[in-house]
Amino acid sequence: MYRIIKKDSLNPTVTRMVVEAPLAARRAQPGQFVILRVDEEGERIPLTIAGYDRQAGTVTIIYQIVGATTMTLDRLKEGEAIRDLVGPLGTPTHTEGLRRVAVVGGGVGCAIALPIAQKLHEEGAEVHAIVGFRNQELVILQEEFQAASQRLELMTDDGSAGRKGLVTNALEELILAGERYDQVITIGPLVMMKFVCALTRKYQIPTVVSMNPLMIDGTGMCGGCRLTVGGKVKFACVDGPDFDGHQVDFDEAIARSSAYREEETRAREAHCNLFRKEAAL
Amino acid sequence: MNPIQKTPMPVRPAGERRSSFDEVALGYTPDQAAEEAARCLHCKSKPCVQGCPVQIDIPAFLKLAAERDFAGAFEVISRASSLPAVCGRVCPQETQCEANCIRGIKGEPVGIGRVERFAADWQAAQGAAAAPQTSPGKDAPRVAVVGSGPAGLSCAGELARGGCSVTIYEALHTPGGVLVYGIPEFRLPKEIVRREIEALKKQGVEIVTNAVIGRSLTVEELLEEYQAVFLGSGAGLPRFMNIPGETLKGVYSANEFLTRVNLMKAYRENSATPVRRPKRVAVVGGGNVAMDAARCALRLGAEEVSIVYRRSMEELPARREEVEHAQEEGIRFRLLTNPVEIIGEENGWAAVLRCAQMELGEPDASGRRRPVEKPGEFLELPVDCVIMAIGTSPNPLLAGTTQGLETQKWGGIVADEAGRTSLPGVYAGGDAVTGAATVILAMGAGKTAARSILEDLKKKV
Repeated sequence: MYRIIKKDSLNPTVTRMVVEAPLAARRAQPGQFVILRVDEEGERIPLTIAGYDRQAGTVTIIYQIVGATTMTLDRLKEGEAIRDLVGPLGTPTHTEGLRRVAVVGGGVGCAIALPIAQKLHEEGAEVHAIVGFRNQELVILQEEFQAASQRLELMTDDGSAGRKGLVTNALEELILAGERYDQVITIGPLVMMKFVCALTRKYQIPTVVSMNPLMIDGTGMCGGCRLTVGGKVKFACVDGPDFDGHQVDFDEAIARSSAYREEETRAREAHCNLFRKEAAL
Repeated sequence: MNPIQKTPMPVRPAGERRSSFDEVALGYTPDQAAEEAARCLHCKSKPCVQGCPVQIDIPAFLKLAAERDFAGAFEVISRASSLPAVCGRVCPQETQCEANCIRGIKGEPVGIGRVERFAADWQAAQGAAAAPQTSPGKDAPRVAVVGSGPAGLSCAGELARGGCSVTIYEALHTPGGVLVYGIPEFRLPKEIVRREIEALKKQGVEIVTNAVIGRSLTVEELLEEYQAVFLGSGAGLPRFMNIPGETLKGVYSANEFLTRVNLMKAYRENSATPVRRPKRVAVVGGGNVAMDAARCALRLGAEEVSIVYRRSMEELPARREEVEHAQEEGIRFRLLTNPVEIIGEENGWAAVLRCAQMELGEPDASGRRRPVEKPGEFLELPVDCVIMAIGTSPNPLLAGTTQGLETQKWGGIVADEAGRTSLPGVYAGGDAVTGAATVILAMGAGKTAARSILEDLKKKV
């Protein structure tokens, strides 16, 4: 069992948890993920490591409450425990030798982007953080990004916080203003990453994306997380989750990500009804 | 006692099986077990033992079973095997012990596997009281076992019997490896795997789940804490055919499909893990894994399930009993048929499996006749699900994170016949070394490596 040490709400749909998991904490690095199972009957879901404390033996996870499993997870309180948690999985994000980097995060993907920005910042790189959200209510980790970057561009779809526009607008403005980047690192919805990659291809800036496909074991066994990268089959759990964004077949990844949409919708509704009934009692 | 034929094993009727994950083979009664055991001729050379990868003294346990001393029979089996109830069910006896049986020359060989299974189940039914809790001594040598599949469990059992303090590290949340994620409930009930693992724990074996060696801990780190490390990490990444359409929705690796159904219990209506309940399924491959996937798909409610295999029935590598059971259940065998493309619908789901028709040509390196395409002859199967069961390549995590551990070009860990790798103190066996093989071969390798470990530890003292 993996005890929840701390739990706080970053916005109405995004929660942060610090979980006791010494085996996952001792070698965790930015870019890696864990797989957890909330209870004995639960499914296995991958969540990126948003932070870790090796001495305390804890890892931090940040999740959006989107489906049945994250709803069940979110009902756990501090002091309660998650049934299973394994990690760190995947290969860490490469930061060596990078001097000027734009870190582009979208929505809850910012939770993954933050530790990478922090690591680059600690290593002395110039970090420009560009983060995008639908509206002000959904903005997370603004202060943390501020502290981990030389420049922060906050974008919202409706202009209710920061500037109105997409992360690609901000990135292109910076490029056109003469900013030069060794690399762009982008994490967020597939569609956002696809458009960031289209933009950076135009300006020939190497771009790394962090993929989060469906997976079960996360250790290179099931093959559910396969992607086509540069025309070859790659497995996000062992070959990634980071890949050269200019090589990833995003349209295929977008199509595959919807494989269980019907089942997911059904499960979410069933859970909503169940929780509503419980609340009524 | 029938000199020609095996005592038949009662099975659940095929009609009932099509919608049930309950075990198919029901097992002998005590009378049937004793009758079958009495068919052993007790020939001096014991050819059956030569065919057993873990060298069970088969005539000895058959003699006791024929005398209805089932506890004695079990005791003989468990001296050599850590998982008798499992092996009695999933070993390919027809190519091992039973293939060498003298009875088999004129008729059917002795049903060794069936009697083994009976003895193990009989012992379990007597309650666990028989096996007292034991624990290794304070100064016992410490050994780490990576992976809790057949290789790891058998290695751990042998080491525990040899007086070692053993810790197994398992990446998944449940121990058992392929016995729980791969082999379905109807062929190997998970309760039996759980029972065998409990028996190991009673011998003092400790199991740490949710620990990925190569990520959570490295082999180097294990070597600081343990005097020896056994790598039994098993099969790894699933192979695909590299034909167009393999990333369409509805295309699974057998590993993924079976893991969803077996480990995550997706066959239950209320399971949190979803699996598609397809109507028309093609399973590509001819091994036990292909049979398991096909029979699972059928039980999930598929109307038509085909095995698509590029050679003929003669070369089909699955265990004979599984092929027969699959045929009884209505699975179609499309032989000499080789997929060339999966064609998708507009919405991204697989819709048609296009296959070339094959014929057998000259024997290839494996000695089997090589299938060659018949020009211009194709078969188009309407499908909503394609399951690729064409093997796996070893898990890349250990090799990639362990300096000095030699691997084959295709990724398998290099180990000699005694299970020793290129690193001192590190041993390996099972699918991680050989590539996809059988449960019993992995168990044999685990046991062999355990003996090497015990031998080497003695030398150190």
